[in-house]
Amino acid sequence: MSEKSGIYPRWLWQAFALPGVVWLILLFLVPFYAVIGVAFGGVDPIFLIPVPAWNPLDWSAEAVIQTLSGFLPGGDYWAVFWRTTLYVAVALALCLLVGYPVAYYISRHARRTKSILLALLVLPFWVSYLMRMLAWVNLFAPSGYVNDFLAWSHILPDPPDWLNGNPVSVVLALVYGYIPYLILPLLAALDRIDKSLLEAARDLGASPARAFLHVTLPLSMTGVLGASVIIALPMFGDYYTPNIISGSPTTSMLGNQIDLFFHGGPQPQIGASLTLVLSLFLAVLMTYYMYSVARSTREVRDE
Amino acid sequence: MSEAVIARPVRVPSRGFGRRLRDWIANPWGRPRFLVLITWVYVISSLAPVVIAIQFSFNDGRSLTAWQGWGGARWYWEDPVNSVWHDPALQHALIQSLKLAGLDMLIATPLGVMLAIGLARWRGRAASASNFLMLFPLVTPEIVMGVSLSLAFLNVFTFIEPSTTAQMLGHVTFSLSYVVVIVRGRLFSIGRQYEEAAADLGATPWETLRLVLLPLLMPAVFSSLMIVFAISIDDFVISQWLSCGADCDTIPIRIYSATRAAPLPSINALASIMVYFTLAAVGISYLVFRFMTRGERPKGGEAGRGMVSQMGAFDV
Repeated sequence: MSEKSGIYPRWLWQAFALPGVVWLILLFLVPFYAVIGVAFGGVDPIFLIPVPAWNPLDWSAEAVIQTLSGFLPGGDYWAVFWRTTLYVAVALALCLLVGYPVAYYISRHARRTKSILLALLVLPFWVSYLMRMLAWVNLFAPSGYVNDFLAWSHILPDPPDWLNGNPVSVVLALVYGYIPYLILPLLAALDRIDKSLLEAARDLGASPARAFLHVTLPLSMTGVLGASVIIALPMFGDYYTPNIISGSPTTSMLGNQIDLFFHGGPQPQIGASLTLVLSLFLAVLMTYYMYSVARSTREVRDE
Repeated sequence: MSEAVIARPVRVPSRGFGRRLRDWIANPWGRPRFLVLITWVYVISSLAPVVIAIQFSFNDGRSLTAWQGWGGARWYWEDPVNSVWHDPALQHALIQSLKLAGLDMLIATPLGVMLAIGLARWRGRAASASNFLMLFPLVTPEIVMGVSLSLAFLNVFTFIEPSTTAQMLGHVTFSLSYVVVIVRGRLFSIGRQYEEAAADLGATPWETLRLVLLPLLMPAVFSSLMIVFAISIDDFVISQWLSCGADCDTIPIRIYSATRAAPLPSINALASIMVYFTLAAVGISYLVFRFMTRGERPKGGEAGRGMVSQMGAFDV
C-alpha cells in the first residue's frame, strides 16, 4: 500500500469529508435521536403534544414498553406484525423465484440479447414507483384489462375485487414494485463469479446440474442474501403500496400503523416508539448488510 | 431447473429465427428454454403496465380503464381545464418535482463527491466511523427517515418548517450516500498511479486534484447527477413527510392522492411526462457516459455494462 506517499497534505482528506459528515450528523443522526427523544419523552398534559426528553436520565420508557407489549400475542400490533412479516416473506420468496432465473439467464446465457435485456431490466428504475403502482391499479380496477381478460378467457368467470382488502394483490404489487431492485444486484453478484471455476468443475466431470448446485449456487449465496436484504428493508417500512392497492385495514402493514399515528391521529409519541421498535427489529438485517458491504469494500481497497 | 442449466460457455454460431424455432420444437429441453421464457415473460410484464398507462394518457375519454380512442394531446395541454398544462395543481406538482430534483442534484453531487474522496483516503478510527455512518441512509427504510426528519424539524431545528427547504434537505440526505457509493467505486477502479505520476512530474497537490483526479472522476460525477435526479424525482415518502400541504405536492404525491380519488387521464399524462423526462435523461447520460469512458471499454459488446453497474448502486 502506497498510502503514505505524501502527494497531498495530511489534513486534506479530512477537510474533504467534513461537510458531508457534518451533514449526515445533523440530518441523519440528530433526527434519529429525535425519534428516541420523542419515544422516551412525555406528553404535555394540556396541549397533548409530545415533549421530547433529550437527556437519557429523563427518559420514561412507558410508551416504548407499551408499544413493545403490543407486539406480544393478543397485543395491538400482533396481527399487523405477523401480516407484515408474512407479506414480506412471501413477496421476497416470489421475487427470488422469478429474479434468480432471470439474473442467471442474463448473466450466463444471453449473448447477443444481453445489452438489450440489460437495458430493459434497468428501465423500471427510471419509471417512478408511484407511476408503476398507478399503472397496476388501472389494470386491476374492476373494469380494467385484467378482469376483462379473466372474464373473457373464463379462467375466473367472476373476477374478484382486486383493489379492496385483497392480500393477493398487495403481495403481488410488492413483488412487482421491488423485484428490479433485487435482480440487478443479483446479476452483478452472478457476473462476478469466476467462470473458470465452472469450467474446472465441468472438466472434472460434474454434470451441468451438479456444477450449478456445487459451484454457482454457493458462490452466489452472498449476492442472494444481500439482494434480499436490499428489498426486505424497504418492504418492511412500506405503507404506500398497501394503501394504494388495498386501502383496507385488513391488509395494512407496520408502515401503515406508523403513518396512521402521525397523519391520522394526534399520537406522534406512539408513532415514534413504533418507529423505534421497527428500526430495532430491522437492525439485524441492516447490520448484516452493512457488515458485508464494509467487508467487500475493504477487499477492494486492499487489493 | 436442472435441465435449464447447461452452463458450458461455448460460442455457438448464430442461427436464423426459423431454424431456431424448428430446433426448439424438435427438442424443447436442449437449450435453456425455461430461462429464456421466464426472462422474457418477466421483462414484458414489468414494462407492459407502464406502456398501457402511457397509452391511457392519450385516451380520448375520461376513463383510465377503458380505451375510448386516440385523444391526442388532450390530457397534456389541449383540454382547457383538466390537462396538465391548464390544471394549476398538476402544473405546480411538475414544477415542484423538477425544482426538488434539480436542487438535490446541485447540492448532493458536490457534497457526495467530496465525501467519497475524503472517506476513501482518510484513514483512522473517525474515518471508519464516518464510512459506517455513510452507509446508514442506504439501508434505513424511508419511513424511518421520514419520521425522524419530520420530528427533528418539529423539535430540534424548529427554525425549519415543513416546506420546500425541508423537503430539499431530506432529499439531499438520502441521495448523498448513492453519490458516495458510485464515486468511490470509480476511485478504487482508477487507483492512485495517475496522481503519483503527476506529482512526480512536478504538479502541485491542487493541480493534481484539478487536472488529474477530477477529470478521471467525471463519468462517475455525471452518473451521480443522473441518479440523484432519478431517485429524487421518484421519491414519495420523504417528500410527503416533510410536505407543507398542497404547495409542496410533487408528482408522486399527486399520483398517490389521485389513485384513491377518481383520477382522470391527466394524472397518467403527468406521470408519463416524468417518464419522458427520465428517458431523455437516460439517453443523454448513456451517450455522455460512453463518450467519457471511450477507450476504457475492452470491446463494443460490453456497452451498457458500465451503466448497469452504476445503476445497481446498492451493490458496492
